[in-house]
Amino acid sequence: MLLIHCPYCKQDRPELEFANAGESHIIRPKDMSDMSNAEFEKMFFIRDNPKGVSLERWRHIHGCGRFFNALRHTVSDKFLKVYKAGEPRPSESEIAELMK
Amino acid sequence: MRNFNALNLAREALRGHKGWGQQWRNPEPKKSYDVIIVGAGGHGLGTAYYLAKEHGIKNIAVLEKGWLGGGNTGRNTTIIRSNYLYDESAGLYNHAVKLWETLSQELNYNVMFSQRGVMMLAHNVHDVQSAQRHIHANRLNGVDNEWLTPQQAKDYCPPLNISRDARYPVMGAALQRRGGVARHDAVAWGYARQASAMGVDIIQNCEVTGINRAPGGEVTGVETTKGTIGAKQVGVVAAGHTSVLMEMAGVQMPLESYPLQALVSEPVKPVFPCVVMSNAVHAYISQSDKGELVIGAGTDSYLSYSQTGSMHILQHTLDAIVELYPMFNRMKMLRTWGGIVDVTPDRSPILSKTPVKGLYVNCGWGTGGFKATPGSANVFAHTIARDEPHKINAGFNLDRFRNGRLIDEAAAAAVAH
Repeated sequence: MLLIHCPYCKQDRPELEFANAGESHIIRPKDMSDMSNAEFEKMFFIRDNPKGVSLERWRHIHGCGRFFNALRHTVSDKFLKVYKAGEPRPSESEIAELMK
Repeated sequence: MRNFNALNLAREALRGHKGWGQQWRNPEPKKSYDVIIVGAGGHGLGTAYYLAKEHGIKNIAVLEKGWLGGGNTGRNTTIIRSNYLYDESAGLYNHAVKLWETLSQELNYNVMFSQRGVMMLAHNVHDVQSAQRHIHANRLNGVDNEWLTPQQAKDYCPPLNISRDARYPVMGAALQRRGGVARHDAVAWGYARQASAMGVDIIQNCEVTGINRAPGGEVTGVETTKGTIGAKQVGVVAAGHTSVLMEMAGVQMPLESYPLQALVSEPVKPVFPCVVMSNAVHAYISQSDKGELVIGAGTDSYLSYSQTGSMHILQHTLDAIVELYPMFNRMKMLRTWGGIVDVTPDRSPILSKTPVKGLYVNCGWGTGGFKATPGSANVFAHTIARDEPHKINAGFNLDRFRNGRLIDEAAAAAVAH
């Protein structure tokens, strides 16, 4: 079981309180009817699925109920960083720094 | 390679089984091949076998980063059935079941296919309606599947608790009598042995680190930990690592990789005559010929390549097992393990050409690829040999995520399977 730090509650809580909500920083379009099939496929179906650092959303569903973002390594399952929804996507250099 | 038959068995019995020899060659890679298959699991080895046997292509290498059959082929719960809802799925999985029925003879290798029946339990009104819809759809597609009342289910599987006050009351079950189990390792070994005898090079401990392409875009071979190997066609059959491999050729996949767990109990005398699955509580169970209860659990909820899984997933499964079969409440669990499964958005596999010429992909089997092994390998070999899909796998293409023609078994079953 993972221990996950909720950036809102500021506590480490067991994984059972959380729900994974998939890849983060996917920008949903304002008007879907404008999208080509290829763009829709990319946004809706194609996923990074990295063997390495995953940028993902979590929801503290049995706690504060809020969504937040996390960086987690998918081989060790170790969380490298959690940050609140709306904060910018960490840069590649920041991710490389956290990997050290 | 020596055939297994009564005469050879008797001869070997008299001289202490010293004359069987190696079952497959262990060669170093050649400079180039006509076809390279990445991944020596059941699907990959089977693909090489059918390419050699049915399509006359024998200059093939199967590259494997670990050992043969050491991935999901050796980690699954060996359940075989074909009672899927949609026409495309029924076609593909039933093709597999038909091949399973003669596979031991075909490979001259006992894959121990046992058609002991697969029963899927219904615990609530929705389950009952969904199961009956499946049964009707299956019958239209010529797939056997029948409805059992709780008492009939109990008669078929005596350890089942059908008490009305059970936490998960059994309201009936769908039974596919042609379903069952097979010996998973034997499937990989049987295909490997025959493929090797026809000249296929199976190269273990050889990880693919890159996919090489010509300036025109077509595939020219792969980079591996044993050097560069050329090939006109490359088939990726790498389960959980498919995204990683396809990325090397610049193809992004609609896949997510999750750990899926299974466990076995201590071995006991025969107590459990069939396979029982419960989608609602996510517990699958059967008994192996060694006597262990083989139990399938669920996936973790997050991406991972860790080949392990969380304890609470197992606990949840065992809660359900003990409730459904109270007689197992003191069984000791012997081993647990995980494998990485690649899951598509519609929970149906992808057996397809790709935007890259000469590159083919067989993936997305999610939590239920073992049952399809011979069928998948058979039609994937056809896809590579003819450079066009077999009519059975035509619907399982990569384009369906662009044109919207999904085969939505996810919505049909409400769980991965």
